[in-house]
Formats: sequence, structure tokens, C-alpha cells
Amino acid sequence: MKNITLGGKKERFRDNLQCYIMLAPFALLFLIFLVLPIIASFVLSFFEFDMVSTPRFTGFSHYFRMLFDDEVFLTTAKNTLIFAVITGPAGFLLSFVLAWFLNEFRPFTRTVLSFMFYCPALVGNAYYIWQVAFSNDSYGYINSLLLSMGFITEPLNWLRDAAYTMPIVIMVQLWMSMGVSFLANISGLQNIGQDMYEAGAIDGIRNRWQELWYITLPSMRHMLLFSAVIQISSAFSVSQLPIALAGYPSVSNSVDTIVSYLSDAGTVRYEMGYASAISVVLFLIMIVTRIVVGKLINKVGD
Amino acid sequence: MAVIIAEKKTGRFLHRISGRRSRGLSQSRRYTRSKVGNFFYVCFLILLGLFSVVPLVYCVLTSFKPLDELMIFPPRFSVSRPTMQNYLALPGLLSNLRIPLSRYIFNSLFISAVTTILYVLISSMAAFVLSKSHVRGKKVMFLAVQYALLFTPFTLAIPQYLIFSYTRMIDTYFVYILPYLASTMGVFLMKQYMEGSIPDAILEAARIDGAGYFRMFWSIVLPMVKPCCMTLMLFGFRDVWSALPNGTIFNESLKTLPAVMSQITAGGIARSGSAMAVTVIMMIPPILVYLVSQSNVLESMNSAGIKE
Repeated sequence: MKNITLGGKKERFRDNLQCYIMLAPFALLFLIFLVLPIIASFVLSFFEFDMVSTPRFTGFSHYFRMLFDDEVFLTTAKNTLIFAVITGPAGFLLSFVLAWFLNEFRPFTRTVLSFMFYCPALVGNAYYIWQVAFSNDSYGYINSLLLSMGFITEPLNWLRDAAYTMPIVIMVQLWMSMGVSFLANISGLQNIGQDMYEAGAIDGIRNRWQELWYITLPSMRHMLLFSAVIQISSAFSVSQLPIALAGYPSVSNSVDTIVSYLSDAGTVRYEMGYASAISVVLFLIMIVTRIVVGKLINKVGD
Repeated sequence: MAVIIAEKKTGRFLHRISGRRSRGLSQSRRYTRSKVGNFFYVCFLILLGLFSVVPLVYCVLTSFKPLDELMIFPPRFSVSRPTMQNYLALPGLLSNLRIPLSRYIFNSLFISAVTTILYVLISSMAAFVLSKSHVRGKKVMFLAVQYALLFTPFTLAIPQYLIFSYTRMIDTYFVYILPYLASTMGVFLMKQYMEGSIPDAILEAARIDGAGYFRMFWSIVLPMVKPCCMTLMLFGFRDVWSALPNGTIFNESLKTLPAVMSQITAGGIARSGSAMAVTVIMMIPPILVYLVSQSNVLESMNSAGIKE
């Protein structure tokens, strides 16, 4: 809004004051709980710090330790990347494709179906169900199903076998990933004007794929970036789910993620400097991913 | 049999889809839909819909199973003699913690309600200033807000833990409330919504009548952004309701339902009935909030895009 300030100096002062007062609560919280933590991690990553003795400067040694000396970190980093590379794009595509499909239905059907898909994300901690489903004895739902159909002869120890933990955690994560970005996509799709599609049909669009590429995706570009950011943020911060399903540390660290490893290093072993260095690496990976994805999405539909 | 049912369903869906097309749109639009495509996408939707909902339905059904039905091999999906015993047994399961279940429920409701209300208020005030005022640095601030969407409390766990411990906030309600209020999703969504839904002309008219920014916010802006407030309410409530603080709450009387849930679910198959009952109790409030806010959410999320 331009030139909203009318009147003299006194009124301008009052306006500015009121604006700053309204901005202050959020700005303070944002500084204390977001900006300060990021700066603090960066600074602390160069120190040895256990919260009791005075911090000791150690330069880049934490970063060297991470890359060359810490097998567990490298495993958790590998897990996090596998995890992010699969669940990030899959969750992103699925939330768009489902929203796109739902958009064809009547409002009532659409409301019911979107509720169904949103439900697992909505109810939060319901992944306990999967713990029971995959439990290791013959009462576990999956085991008993496979046993009674004759695929296996004895119950499998799903959540304690490194071959199965990763696929299971990925599946449950995808089950819960139709969240904010899914709702945003549904809402965005509903608001593409029908006249756009009609004009497209006149211009010779033959099938739904052409319509998707030439009309829908370009109109949804901003929404896709939003949804990608949400998916990046959740794919890299996964930690509670694998801990709940497979415990920490999981069998041969098969599903431990960077975030679960750094909270262990920090809140259990009190190696705050090292945990901070890990956080910094994670922040950098996320920001770089975010920038690359932003560039890619701006190319969609060109 | 199943095939026949599936075909019937498909037929009905197809009918609906094409029905809407022929009523709502011109002839040319219908041309862009193929029968085969319709068939595949209805199948896909049904499969994924079942995958989403069946585990939750199974959870609800299991929570009503008596002990002998929980132990049946192989487990059955349905429940033949529903009982409330899993729910009634919950307070007893917690007796070794010396804190009544009602205290956890109170904590959960109290924290979620306070956080949600403050979240909506603080975010919309900041969003109003960022979208409709001319204070210095608002562009930089909004860019920071937009990038901060990436960082969840999980990724910031360690430095936030240090801040809590230096400000002596460990073992207080603040641990639940304050970090969430700093989450930028609210300001982001609200700012984008205000840009699209509040015409500058209205605010200018209010200015001419002598209204200050407080006045404009409270009597003009806030009533106009109600749909977006409902959206923030949903997201705020959902996140705080299911949050489980990591290493910052030790006092049992300050813990919330997710903590109870993780304790009970650690009990294995013998307690699976009660664990499912807690899960169902945890599921109800977010679902209620969603049902209330649903139409507003779908309306207001439309402006959520990130423009670069």
C-alpha cells in the first residue's frame, strides 16, 4: 500500500510505533527461536562445548571428524539422503497428483475424499498402528496375513531387520505425507479459472496430459514451490517416526537419521559443539536443495 | 464378487465425472477426457484411499475389542463383541505414574488452546504489518520468513535446547508454547492471504476517517481474514496437539497425551487394545477441528504460493 500515511509528523510517528508494536511479538520470537539458534549452531560448531566447562575453540575439527572419522554420522547422512530423495519427490508428486485427480469430482465427493487422504497427516501420532501391524510375533497383522496365506513359514522380525526397516519407514512417511501441501494443491487447483481450460480446448488441447502441462502446471507454479518447500522441510527433519517404529539406535543404524543422531549427540552425550556442526551441515543441505528446487520449478511448463 | 463391486463403483464414478462435465462445461472441454484414463484414475484413487483410511479404521475397531479378540490368531479386522474396557482401563494403566489421566488431558488441551490462540493473533498482526505497512526492512524480513519455512523444531532441536536451558525454561509450559509461536508458517500464509483479499482502498478509506493501524487491524482486517485464521488454527492445533518435546520436560505433571501414548504403546501386544484406545482419543480433537475449519482452509490455502 503506497502513501497510506496522511497528515503530519506526529501521525507518522504514531503509525510507525503501532506497526512496530504489532510486529514486535513475532519478530522477537523469530529472532530468539529461529535466527539465534541458526547463528548459535554456526558459532558453536567451532567449539568444544559440554554445557559445564568453558567452551574451547577447535576450529574445523568437528567437520573433519564428521566426514572422515565418524562412521555413524556417515550412515545417518546416507539414510537421510535416501529418505529425502525418495519421500521428498514422491510426497510432492503424490500430493499434487491426488489433488489433481480430486479436482475432477463434485464438491461433496471431493470434500469426503480429501478428508480421507488428509486423515493420516491430520491425526499426527497415529503411526503407532504400523508398529502393531509390523510387530514381530505372529499376532502382528502383516505377519499373520503372510503366514495364513503361506508366503512365510515363521514370523518375520520386520522392525529389527535392517533389510526391512527402511522400506517400512518410507512407506509410513508417505502414508502421512498428504498434509499441508496436499491441501494447498487442492485449493490452488480449484482456483484456476474454467475459462483458461475452455480457451485451451479451443486452442487445440486434445487430452488431459496436454491440459496438465500447458495450463494447470504453469498456473500452479507458485503453489508447487510452496508444496516443495514443505516436503523438503519434512523429508529432512524425519526423526520421530523411525525412532517410534525401529527405536534408537535402530538395528545397525539402518534408519537413524541426521536429526535423530544430532539430538542424541546433543541432549544425551552433551557434545553440543559436535551436534551444532551436524546441524550446520543439515541447514546447508536443506537450503541448497531449496534453491535448486526453486530453479527447477520455475522451468515447469515452459 | 469384488470385481463386480469395483466395476459398479467405477461406473458410478465415471458417470459422475462425465455428468459434471456435460452439465458444467462446454462440449469442447469434454473432449479432453478419455474413458481409459478415467478408469485408471478411479482405480488409483480407490487403492490409495483404502491405504490411507484402512489403518485408521482398524485402529478404531481394535480399540473396542475385548482381550480375547485381541489375542485371536490370525487377527480379525472386525470386532464381534465391542466393549469399552480398553478405554476404562486407561486410568488404571497410568497409576504407577502417580498422575491421573485427566491431568495429561488438561495439559494437552490447555497448551494447545493457548498456543493456537496466540499463534493466530501474533501471526496475523505481523502479517498485517508485513503486507500493508511501509515499515523499513519488511522485504528482508519476509524473505527470512519464507526461507525459515524450511526449518522445523526438529532440525533446530539442539540450539533451542541450549536456549531453554539458559533461560531456565526447561520443565515449564513455555517449552511447548514459545518455539511454536516462532514458526513462520502462520505469518507466511496470512501475509499471502492478506495481499490477495484486502483491497488497499478499504484501508485508505479507514485512514481518512482517522483510524490508526491498531484500529484497522482489529476492526477491518481481522474480520476479513477469518478463513485464514481458521487455517492457522487447524495447523497450529494439529502440530501442538501431537508435539512430543525431546529432553525438555522431565516433570511428569507437565507432560501431555503424546507422552502417555508413547508409554502405553511401549507395552507390546498385551496392551495393544489400550494403546489403540489412546490413539483414538488423540485422533478425535484434530479431526473435530478439521471438520469445523475445512471449508475455510480449502478457500484460504489458495494464496499460499511462493513467488520468486
